Amino acid sequence: MTHTAIIGIGQTNVSEAWDTSLRHLAWYAIEAALDDAKLSQREIDAVYVGNMLAGRGSNQRHLGALIADFSGMRGTEAIVVESAEASGAAALRQAIFAVSSGQIDTALVVGVEKASDTTGNDFEAALATSLDVEYEQAHGLTTAAQAALLMQRYMHEYGVELGAFAKFSENAHANGAKNPLAMYRNVLKPGRFEIAPTVAPPVSLFDAAPAGDGGACVIVTRTDRAMEMAAEPILIRASATATDTLALHDRRDMLWLQAAALSSQAAFAQAGLAHADIDLFELHDGYTILAAMSLEAAGFAERGAGTTWDGTMPLSSFGGLKARGNPLGATGVYQAVEAARQLRGQAADCQIENVRTVMTQNLGGLAATAITHVFSLV
Amino acid sequence: MQVAQNWRLNQQRYRLMGEECPNCSVKIFPPRDVCPACMAPAKELFALTGVGEVFSYTTVYHPPAGYEFNAPYVVALIKLDEGPVLTAQLTDVEPEDVSIGMPVEAVTRKLRSDGDEGMIVYGYKFRPIM
Ligand SMILES: [Zn+2]
Repeated sequence: MTHTAIIGIGQTNVSEAWDTSLRHLAWYAIEAALDDAKLSQREIDAVYVGNMLAGRGSNQRHLGALIADFSGMRGTEAIVVESAEASGAAALRQAIFAVSSGQIDTALVVGVEKASDTTGNDFEAALATSLDVEYEQAHGLTTAAQAALLMQRYMHEYGVELGAFAKFSENAHANGAKNPLAMYRNVLKPGRFEIAPTVAPPVSLFDAAPAGDGGACVIVTRTDRAMEMAAEPILIRASATATDTLALHDRRDMLWLQAAALSSQAAFAQAGLAHADIDLFELHDGYTILAAMSLEAAGFAERGAGTTWDGTMPLSSFGGLKARGNPLGATGVYQAVEAARQLRGQAADCQIENVRTVMTQNLGGLAATAITHVFSLV
Repeated sequence: MQVAQNWRLNQQRYRLMGEECPNCSVKIFPPRDVCPACMAPAKELFALTGVGEVFSYTTVYHPPAGYEFNAPYVVALIKLDEGPVLTAQLTDVEPEDVSIGMPVEAVTRKLRSDGDEGMIVYGYKFRPIM
């Protein structure tokens, strides 16, 4: 148990928001979360921002002070946390630390990304800054190509066909179609996955999650305060993180997401829960290979058998990164918001029946950073 | 473009200069001064031969800025005969002719070009061994 809880949630839709700035996206999410928690800005003691690209993509760093000021919290402690696509969950984890320590009573976590401020080759270069600059970026590697190297090797060693990965994208799109905040609301027809336009083979357009703009926000306080402040606080049962090499070539066992495994194991231990207790796994489906290997690393599938997933364990309930859209450094906060909506029974058409415990897992790179959280009702 | 960041890697880019662990003899590339196998300090230089095989591969159709000039290009994980795995482009081969296990050797080629006024970065790529 972390002895912390979520008392307010907010999010924007994920899209290519050409007419909306980074600071506005953050504010819209913050405004919604403050509304939800029935709090004013004066009651927030610290702000934790999760973001990946703004320094390179929008020429804007120092987001802590910027967003605190723009959101009516001038003077409030604020900091930005960066761990590539895992920045959102990393920011949430810092808030949990701050509140647990007793230094901060009420913390606000906002994940925000403005992917569309750069496009084309410049966007690829910005995204690739999460790879090893000396030994990966220097050779023209992109994030999609890195995932492709992993997927190609996985298919080769385990004898898995490309079509076996289609189920992850089809599930994400089926769920995204029911989510008004999703970037893509089209269903993916059987047979389309295998013939999609290529990005970096075997990774295709229907495999890689599309980067999008968006903001998501959660407000965190100690559980005892949460009981008094909120009708339905969401307990943070576990928060655990681990790291691995940035570069794929530096991994001794390339076909195993070691950081994801370590953080999952630690999260189960912290929560005192077993796999059967998890009703929904919001995993990081930036690529289908990550979905398959995350299931293995978290112990929901045997090693090499991630693609045998049969739908029994619900995944990507609002569309996941693939269909809701991939707001990069905001993803981990979206996952927390979505977990809370499921637990409160506020997921509308995306509602999974009888959800009492949700595990979320946010990955940076190919799980060079892995952050796992477990949420439940009181 | 960061000149010193590239210049200081000359020994790695042109000669595949790695390290050898004095404790367990493992060969290390990229060099990291601590043996990834036994965690002993490992700073003894060791030049790799640049011969190995394709461990995995893909083709980049959407390159980052600076790499447009030879796109689409094949990027591969190369398992060197001495043990280390590295990331590099393949050259002198068509994407459809690449396969896992294909024997390859290192050559020096242009890696990056930032246009007429910009810096050009050279380094290792790999080509099929005939
Ligand atoms: Zn050693």
